[in-house]
Amino acid sequence: MKILIRGGRLVDPAQGLDAPGELCIAAGRVVGCGRVPDGFVANRVIEAGGRVVAPGLVDLSARLREPGFEYLATLESEMAAAVAGGVTSLACPPDTDPALDEPGLVEMLKYRAQGLNQCRVYPVGALTTALAGQRLTEMAELRDAGCVAFSQAGSPIADTQVLARALSYAATFDFCVWLQPQDAYLGHGGFAHDGEVATRLGLPAIPVTTETVAIATIVLLMRDTGARVHLCRVSSAAGLEMIRAARAEGLPLSCDVGVHHLHLSDVDIGWFDSNCHLSPPLRAVRDRDALRAGAASGLVDAVCSDHSPVDEDNKQVPFAESEAGATALELLLPLTLKWGREMGLGLGETLARVTTHPARILGVQAGSLAEGVAADVCIFDPAQEWLLAPDSLVSQGKNTPFVGYPLQGRVTQTLVGGNLVFDRQAAER
Amino acid sequence: MNANPQLDRQGRLQHLLTTDGLPPGIIHQILDTARSFHESGADSRKLPLLAGKSVFNLFFEPSTRTRTTFEIAAKRLSADVINLNVASSSQSKGETLLDTVDNLSAMHADMFVVRHAESGAAHMIARHVAPGIHVVNAGDGRHAHPTQALLDMYTIRHFKGAFENLRVAIVGDVTHSRVARSQIHALTTLKVPEVRVIGPNTLIPRDVASLGVHVYNDMRAGLRDVDVVIMLRLQNERMNGALLPSREEYFKYYGLTPDKLVLARPDAIVMHPGPMNRGVEIDSAVADGAQSVILAQVTFGIFVRMAVMAILAENS
Repeated sequence: MKILIRGGRLVDPAQGLDAPGELCIAAGRVVGCGRVPDGFVANRVIEAGGRVVAPGLVDLSARLREPGFEYLATLESEMAAAVAGGVTSLACPPDTDPALDEPGLVEMLKYRAQGLNQCRVYPVGALTTALAGQRLTEMAELRDAGCVAFSQAGSPIADTQVLARALSYAATFDFCVWLQPQDAYLGHGGFAHDGEVATRLGLPAIPVTTETVAIATIVLLMRDTGARVHLCRVSSAAGLEMIRAARAEGLPLSCDVGVHHLHLSDVDIGWFDSNCHLSPPLRAVRDRDALRAGAASGLVDAVCSDHSPVDEDNKQVPFAESEAGATALELLLPLTLKWGREMGLGLGETLARVTTHPARILGVQAGSLAEGVAADVCIFDPAQEWLLAPDSLVSQGKNTPFVGYPLQGRVTQTLVGGNLVFDRQAAER
Repeated sequence: MNANPQLDRQGRLQHLLTTDGLPPGIIHQILDTARSFHESGADSRKLPLLAGKSVFNLFFEPSTRTRTTFEIAAKRLSADVINLNVASSSQSKGETLLDTVDNLSAMHADMFVVRHAESGAAHMIARHVAPGIHVVNAGDGRHAHPTQALLDMYTIRHFKGAFENLRVAIVGDVTHSRVARSQIHALTTLKVPEVRVIGPNTLIPRDVASLGVHVYNDMRAGLRDVDVVIMLRLQNERMNGALLPSREEYFKYYGLTPDKLVLARPDAIVMHPGPMNRGVEIDSAVADGAQSVILAQVTFGIFVRMAVMAILAENS
């Protein structure tokens, strides 16, 4: 199958490319970027006039809820949501039920995902058995089964001796450990940022020290063990400053933010909007502004959806009883574009945060349109405005703080390995 | 979502959920209506203002005193009152909060009086019920207890006449207190020039100054020259979470005793939302002393709750 994507604006941050041109695909790979190779005859032509042709998005955290939480979402529903959002590679955290702590589970997940033939799924293995923070998992076996990194998802390791040994063991194999910086105790029982809003609403609070104490511990253990660490979902200005300092001394530390945290703050909780119940919590406006600036300067490597579909029953309860999380795979592109526009970044720089940079963290060859790489492509209309209604989402999760918001930028086609896996016109017909 | 969920488009009270953002005109309307009940001797005869209406006391958290005063208030207005102690019934069978509310709405409830252990429960119910059904928050988590705060305002106005030149101190566990939050919003809305909160750092929320109050750790300094002292109840479980070492030490430093009360103005009044822990936050000599208005608060509470329900029914 040879595909010609014609008349679009090619934007590839990996090549520093932003120019009109053709993209040619053959046998699942890019064979011409900005040029049509001699003798190339397409079987299929995709007209991309007025649209952007970019690498498929790489999302560092999307919960597919399988195995164990199929009532919330399934691989079918969420992988369809991914490609509808232009996401062609995603990492799924290990907080399934059972947790991704055995090679068999990982193989099963990979096999199921491959069978669906949609986006690429990269499982993140559990760092400790059942994420209980006590026994190490068989990391090398898990890597052989397909895990790209190891994490505790939202369950911090309380025992610092276990954490130190987990980092040390991972460093043996040069595995990257992904940690959401959360002290196991400081935020205990809390649901919202410890600030004016939680004070006013009487919501049990999560102080910033929950994050900073954890980062301090991780940085000290990194120095001691030589481990590579990626910090997931940084939420505070103070945390970001510590990361800046650790990187300045040369530690192999990267980090990401959830896309909600670039736009929202605790103020958006309003009168107890449980759609704004996220983990880590939405923090103060000054924290949000620091994350926005950090993502622009490159201190924050990547922006992820932190997609966590939650059903209505788990949101239609008082704030503290509601489950944290929001559906976001289909919001990642428009919300990242919105941030980029507001920060005055070029399209290539903006897209780098959701393509090239996360691909580097994942350690996979994705996030580029360079000739020779697999043709994972996202075609979108950067100007199209659409109103986010729950039934406009493919994901089984309909809960998002952005319900009713007008968004700009919408995916029209998605290709994975040269296969057209999403075509909005066909999907809506 | 950020609009004032208590008011209708005309700015009339539809639900009483919190004193946060409650317009001063409505607070005064409630206090004036309560006074008319008080002065007309409405404690001895029934008024027909809620005749034919059903008031459901929906208590997801045990309470005797608040529920009883709401019941008395509703009955004096001729309402039919149904008491539901939900903690021991449907919730334990797995029914969700909103299912419970839907079921009771289908029984033609006109008003829900709701108490719940989680902050925001009353707001959620108010967003959910059909138009015309009113929700009165009788305490949600640590968030709000507006009728308590309003009866406290009534008490202060009764004994002090006006709000505009008072110093008020709130003493104790502010972090966990819905009463304190509602009092603070009511006092600042009524333009009390100086509201102080007094307590150890572990019981004072981090950003409480943003609510317009001054924080004192030293109770003696905080009580100096105040006109009103409001004591908060200290829950026993505060010793478990490493918030306080002991009741004895708490009483020594933050209990209201006669020797601390003399630092306030000589005509200062002492209030407490009840139930009191004598010897923990308040000395019996003060609780039963000449400056205590604690029992008056209870009496006034019925008039204020009558006023709230009468105004809501009138705004139907």
